[in-house]
Amino acid sequence: MPPEPSRSPAGPARVAWWRNERVHRVLAQVVFLLAVIAVAGLLYANVRSQLRARGLTTGYGFLYGQAGFPIGEGIEYHEGDPYWYAFLVGVVNTIRVSFFGIVLATILGTFTGIARLSSNWLLSKLAGAYIEIIRNIPLLIQLVFWYFAVILQLPGVKESVVLPGSIFLSNRGTALPLLAPTAAFSAWLPFAAAGLVLAPLLWRWRMRRQELTGRPGRGLVWAGGALLGLPALGWLVAGQPFLVELPEMGGFNYEGGLILTPEFTAVLIGLTVYTAAFIAEVVRAGIQAVHVGQKEAARALGFHPGQTLRLVILPQSVRVIIPPLISQYLNLAKNSSLAVAAGFPDLFSVAQTIFNQTGRSVEVIGLVMGSYLAMSLFTSLVLNLYNRRVRLVER
Amino acid sequence: MPPAVPAEILLPPRTQIGPIGWLRANLFSTWYNVLITLLILWLLATVIPPMARWMIFDATWATTHEPCARAREAAQAIGVRPGACWAVIPANFRLFMVGTYPVGQAHRIGAALALVVLLGTLTAFRRFRGRALVAAWVLSFPAILVLLHGFQGSAILPLVETTKWSGLTLTFLLAIVAIVASFPLGVLLALGRRSSLPVVRLLSTVYIETVRGVPLITILFMSSVMFPLLMPGGLRVDKVVRAMLALILFSAAYLAENVRGGLQAIPQGQYDAARALGLGNALTMGLIILPQALRAVIPPIVGQFIGLFKDTSLVAVIGLLDLFAIGQSILSNPNWLGLRTEVYIFVALVYWVFSYSMSMASRRLERRLGVGVR
Repeated sequence: MPPEPSRSPAGPARVAWWRNERVHRVLAQVVFLLAVIAVAGLLYANVRSQLRARGLTTGYGFLYGQAGFPIGEGIEYHEGDPYWYAFLVGVVNTIRVSFFGIVLATILGTFTGIARLSSNWLLSKLAGAYIEIIRNIPLLIQLVFWYFAVILQLPGVKESVVLPGSIFLSNRGTALPLLAPTAAFSAWLPFAAAGLVLAPLLWRWRMRRQELTGRPGRGLVWAGGALLGLPALGWLVAGQPFLVELPEMGGFNYEGGLILTPEFTAVLIGLTVYTAAFIAEVVRAGIQAVHVGQKEAARALGFHPGQTLRLVILPQSVRVIIPPLISQYLNLAKNSSLAVAAGFPDLFSVAQTIFNQTGRSVEVIGLVMGSYLAMSLFTSLVLNLYNRRVRLVER
Repeated sequence: MPPAVPAEILLPPRTQIGPIGWLRANLFSTWYNVLITLLILWLLATVIPPMARWMIFDATWATTHEPCARAREAAQAIGVRPGACWAVIPANFRLFMVGTYPVGQAHRIGAALALVVLLGTLTAFRRFRGRALVAAWVLSFPAILVLLHGFQGSAILPLVETTKWSGLTLTFLLAIVAIVASFPLGVLLALGRRSSLPVVRLLSTVYIETVRGVPLITILFMSSVMFPLLMPGGLRVDKVVRAMLALILFSAAYLAENVRGGLQAIPQGQYDAARALGLGNALTMGLIILPQALRAVIPPIVGQFIGLFKDTSLVAVIGLLDLFAIGQSILSNPNWLGLRTEVYIFVALVYWVFSYSMSMASRRLERRLGVGVR
């Protein structure tokens, strides 16, 4: 912060008001505010008069009108549904692709970042080439490449590319095995929920015990046991909760299983591959930020390499990694708006269709920007809370 | 007593030096490294040969579309997949580079490029560096814009509407104009965010966070549909200028955050010293704080420029003909149907070459400036 302007010592010496620094500060702000309001008012008046000249009205009433355009995928939707519902379908699609993109990019990025530092020359060079190629090509081009040049060029359903684990790839999309809930699912659910609640409590109790007594708490064993053991018990008591449903090739499309559309597949792959390259750099920088003395000290204390990484290096690098990782997650969510180029009906794409049909520019832009801002703020709020927990507390 | 001298100098075992030693140390040091190495080699062996066949050996290297069509028919006759058709690149090279800029006027782009190269060469020599060169750089941007745009009815520089600006030229113009023009705005926003006046601070923060919280594409969309409404009396602002304004407003918010980082790195003592010398607020900022802060943030600003260069590809979504959109439009020419992969690879390669060389240059700059070395 710039320093506070120094005030004259001992108040009584009165300064004329036009030379008083406090008055200056208030005046400057009033003038600034008036200027901003004047510009905003001018723009507002322009918009009003332009809209009136074109015979357009304002207001969000149009959102209750019938949308009447098809949306390729997402939650259940019919063309007769109102505009606001169509927009909601777009919002859900954006959240869907961003969420899975973030999960997959974190996994791929972490592995690539560690691979970049591997002692294996081939692996580290391969990771480096991947990072440098992907980071320097615009995402838009990568998305259309994945969609038009890869996914749509795949063979048809009958000649699907089959990957191990019953994964089918074709120009009609991706088919994955699906865990379908059975009749016993609702009886099994309480067991799983209990395991989920109990695990962190057990973890905390064992850790506190370890701190108090100095004996190994084995929190991981207890918490993991609760997390896996209770659902397993539920399985025994209630019966099999899930059925693995394998996709099968039908005449023109797949039958059964979880089917991802070509658009979703392309956007998900594109976003994941692109963001993972950036996350890899974040992870690499985070690991390298831990001083080499920490590793040497840990080895000198008799930790073996695995323990060194798990107990000394990673906890310290996580603190460095989290803040830039948050901004990568936010970037991914914002970048998902490019899905429009691959024909995926995300928030932006649906909003654009609504605009083309209704011509409500101001309202549609307000909706789109508001939605993205809300998502960005929510994500950064949640992740910053997490960051506050892991960050270094200076004593 | 002198140490005993061995009769002959023993070399390390042959398995620990030379190529064999290198292989052992870097590829086969542990059992899992052996596994990883073999896995990668297998992966490369399955991926590279078909790719190389398509890209190089089975590809048609020509400059017109007829050989490609013949090659495709020949491949279909024997039932194999045809190789790449690279003819689409040289045949449309002019279109990729300058787009729809009038053929007779293309020398103006060459002149602009020559000016930049000249200034760049002068900058490379330490002897020429100074205020005059900085001024020349600053003046070169409006000069280039005037050179490319020309004047209504002029004989030497006839008007070339901005709607004719396209291809790689447009991509570069958008990126450079955005970063240069957003600079003053970004610095002001950064100062505003650190101001001691609450109203100024609040408004700056709201602007920066709002712009950073929404995707660029929505800002471009807003500028393309809302600018006509914001202008008084139906004043027409053309598409390219609208996109430039959007990119400037977008880039300023990110630039402000970079500059703020630099401002935060300036120790309080600098402010105190400036005040002790009797400098006012404006002089302290202009003479002491900003010169140091801006120098420290050159590398992140270069990084931001690279990002912006890539982001200009989004203007294709609002209907501008940048490098990527020109590629798309070539694909709708019946002669070049179905060559998506080739065109996308070429466009990606162009972006990659420029981005990668800029990031290499910025890394060198960073090392020379000694940023981060304390």
